[in-house]
Amino acid sequence: MLKKTPFYEMHVKNNGRIVEFAGFLMPVQFEGIIPEHRTVRIDVGVFDVSHMGEIEILGKDRLKFVNYLTTNDASKLELNQIQYSTMLYPDTGIVDDLLVYNFKDRILLVVNAANTDKDYQWIINNKKYDIDIKNISDDIGQLAVQGPKAESVMQKVFDLDLSTLRYYWATEVKMQGIPVLLSRTGYTGEDGFEVYVDKKYAVQCWPMIFDAGAEYNIKPIGLGARDTLRFEMRYCLYGNDIDKTTNPLEAGLGWVVKFDKGDFIGRDKLLKIKEAGVKRKLVGFEVIGKGIPRPHQEIHAEDRKIGFVTSGTFSPSRNKGMGIGYVEKPHNKVGTRIKVIGKTPVDAEVIKGPFYKQGSRK
Amino acid sequence: MANIMEGLKYTKEHEWVKIEGDTALEGLTDYAQSELSDIVMIEPPEVGRKVNAGEPVGTIEAVKAVSDLYAGLTGEIIEINEKVVSDPSIINKDPYGEGWLFKTKLDDPSQAETLLTPEQYKELIAKH
Repeated sequence: MLKKTPFYEMHVKNNGRIVEFAGFLMPVQFEGIIPEHRTVRIDVGVFDVSHMGEIEILGKDRLKFVNYLTTNDASKLELNQIQYSTMLYPDTGIVDDLLVYNFKDRILLVVNAANTDKDYQWIINNKKYDIDIKNISDDIGQLAVQGPKAESVMQKVFDLDLSTLRYYWATEVKMQGIPVLLSRTGYTGEDGFEVYVDKKYAVQCWPMIFDAGAEYNIKPIGLGARDTLRFEMRYCLYGNDIDKTTNPLEAGLGWVVKFDKGDFIGRDKLLKIKEAGVKRKLVGFEVIGKGIPRPHQEIHAEDRKIGFVTSGTFSPSRNKGMGIGYVEKPHNKVGTRIKVIGKTPVDAEVIKGPFYKQGSRK
Repeated sequence: MANIMEGLKYTKEHEWVKIEGDTALEGLTDYAQSELSDIVMIEPPEVGRKVNAGEPVGTIEAVKAVSDLYAGLTGEIIEINEKVVSDPSIINKDPYGEGWLFKTKLDDPSQAETLLTPEQYKELIAKH
């Protein structure tokens, strides 16, 4: 049985093209991926991300437990602060990438929709110390409001001075009378907010945001543009760029692995990999000439396979085909020429950093 | 609901064919452009190439997916729509008009009788 988010009727009304995604009926696009992509880069767009999973960790040892469960150093979190992190299997494969919210009475883990049940089970199986685990995913609606105009729109909806809410911080606040969790987060490279709200009030939040955003050209955005936006920032997508067969070091997520914080699941093996050096790296590359890389295509250099594409599409901002993939070292070096093997092989060059560098992210 | 034009023939690969004497103009149907959405690149066949009906002759790349382009009828490619090659989004905007893809000189214009009528094509996409 496919699930509907609290905003499903709005998507139908807005002529969204509905597809199945991670067990949910979700809009993949409204007016088109490229115009929606540009709306978020130039103005502001609203994503229904209610399919994301929310798992609460309660009890006095919650911080100690989350620090054992995840790779980033949760003990560094201040109250209301958020951290991007990963959870690993003991063999260093990635269970999921997630956000860790530290509140005065609980820790909230926000996980990928397709992984919610798996993650919940994983956390239960690894439970230790004095804690409780609650999967509240089915009770929560979530909207992401993203784009350079996001603050102007949301300032009309909230009494709180939003310039005081910094990137990767959250607050529990009323949205025109409705209790919500508001965070300055997102996965687009633009400034923006995410609003978590009890399912029973969720549908009321939609018109509040759209009324406030009308003067800023606000529009609903589907999963298609959500993917091209994160892709241009080279943010990892679980199931494409990272999964149980990849470790965070080769995926370029070493910045969320803190070996000096004490033990965590996967630490021992990952430390050995770090000491020996990873054999492959996730790189971004730009097509030279025509062609669009696609996931699973082989990457060749010196006439042999040296890797494979994990994400590949047309970059609306760069107006060309770009890709992300694993390549054997030393082919990860910036400037390396590679060949992407599609129906017609295309030449590409390993490049540095995100594909889009002008984002409004604060 | 996808637009289906009268007076055209259709293929199972969601292309339309317009017979003009011994030549045929071919393009993508409204249904196909809508399914693909956001077409960003096309690789058409070369002018002068001999093609067989149903043969893959090029590719169409949209943001999310790549699709083969097929020859609707047997003959020789005599013209490519260069405007569409430089701005493939024209296919999304006007699939039956400005968005035509290539012109073929037909070996046998009566081969067009083997293609789908608008009614038959309508039935085909109703099954999707």
